[in-house]
Amino acid sequence: MERIFDAEFALGHMNYWLFVILMMTGLYIVVARGNLLKKIVGLNLFQVAVFMLYISMGKIAGGTAPILIDNPDQLYSNPLPHVLILTAIVVGVATTSLGLALIVRINETYGTIEEDEVLEIDHQMYAAEVAEMNKNKPVKTDAA
Amino acid sequence: MELTVTLLLFFALVGTAVAIALVRNLFAVVMLSGVTSLLSALLFIVMDAVDVAFTEAAVGAGISSVLMLGTIALTARHEKAPKRISLVPLAVVSLTGMVLIYGTLDMPNFGAKDSPVQTHVGPDYLQRTPEEIKVPNIVTAVLASFRSWDTLGEVTVVFTAGLGVILLLSGLGRRRRRGRGPS
Amino acid sequence: MEHHLILRVVTKILVGPILLYGLYVQFHGDFGPGGGFQAGVIFAVAFMLYGIVFSLRELRKLVPDWIVHQLIAIGLLLYTCTGLVTLFLGGNFLDYNVLWSVAYKGQHYGIIAVELGVGITVFAVMLAIYYAFAGRPPQLDDKDW
Repeated sequence: MERIFDAEFALGHMNYWLFVILMMTGLYIVVARGNLLKKIVGLNLFQVAVFMLYISMGKIAGGTAPILIDNPDQLYSNPLPHVLILTAIVVGVATTSLGLALIVRINETYGTIEEDEVLEIDHQMYAAEVAEMNKNKPVKTDAA
Repeated sequence: MELTVTLLLFFALVGTAVAIALVRNLFAVVMLSGVTSLLSALLFIVMDAVDVAFTEAAVGAGISSVLMLGTIALTARHEKAPKRISLVPLAVVSLTGMVLIYGTLDMPNFGAKDSPVQTHVGPDYLQRTPEEIKVPNIVTAVLASFRSWDTLGEVTVVFTAGLGVILLLSGLGRRRRRGRGPS
Repeated sequence: MEHHLILRVVTKILVGPILLYGLYVQFHGDFGPGGGFQAGVIFAVAFMLYGIVFSLRELRKLVPDWIVHQLIAIGLLLYTCTGLVTLFLGGNFLDYNVLWSVAYKGQHYGIIAVELGVGITVFAVMLAIYYAFAGRPPQLDDKDW
């Protein structure tokens, strides 16, 4: 544990810790905020944190972007994380838009995009349905 | 120097994220998430991932902002203030964060040449691309040739997500809305 | 946006270069940063800009929905068919060496075909998503349903 106070160790790991803070901010928004759009933004932050972890692991000190040049001694950063994250970003925006489309539909049905209000309306609808059922089949529900 | 710039940009990124958590105006939230994308694109450039930076700048700062603004136009502009402030999420998040930070203690330093990430598959691609494919941009070579199965899967996911959005919003014929509860 | 004269003029000037840049990114992806994913997004952005500044109706006249919907599938099919062609030429699925007598040239052609497929699908999906969001009336009136 005392390694944390070593300057070289701390500087070398600082961006992993910052990425953890970023990821936890995203997680906090997803868990604690009721607004559905904000939850999507929180998920995006979480995603950006994962991207950062991958890209920072691929970085080599003194390396350059993995586009070949004539100098044979040139050091290149690891191209594999770049490929994985590049596709993940585009897939991420496609799935984000799917989530946004769901939010738009939820707003059209419930008239709100706050989680607790949606739940409230759901409970009321369920209660109304149960009352309706009790009115139609009083004998069966009483037996149950 | 490189590390200083990286850490500076990283601090700015975390600051923006915290601001997103605190702001209630959804328009500001969307704009701040655009700022996040731009900052992360800069970070990607500093960490040598030019292709990724390119994608993030085009997709994150461009298209996702447009889509989120479109959603705001269709729904609401303000977030409702919470009735009570619960400490449970904060506790859960802090605990998870501490566990994750404990996990990073075994990781090699940022930029280390001899970490496990740098010693297996990556150098193999770097060595084989000039011999077998002769394309200068290794990221393209890995994306479209070495790992083209992977990319086929990703394109299929994009295809499916697009299909889902079309079905949810454009709709094939209008659907009737079901009875809405009293509100 | 009828009354924003500056926006309209600037858009007219910008759309062409953006499309050209998208093509550059698409076909120069082997040599510099870029490729199908980025090019598709940039290409879609040019159309979105046109749709935002002029109206969505104008854009839909230019690129109707059915073209966009078919392009989504065409891109994926182009990708898969490249794999099938290599399969029929005696190689593995998506093994581009068999596409040409010189192996590395086959790789180049295969990469170009596959990136084109990726670009077309990403472009069409982004445009379709934009159509879906922008095509919805902002405040839905109950009588409309």
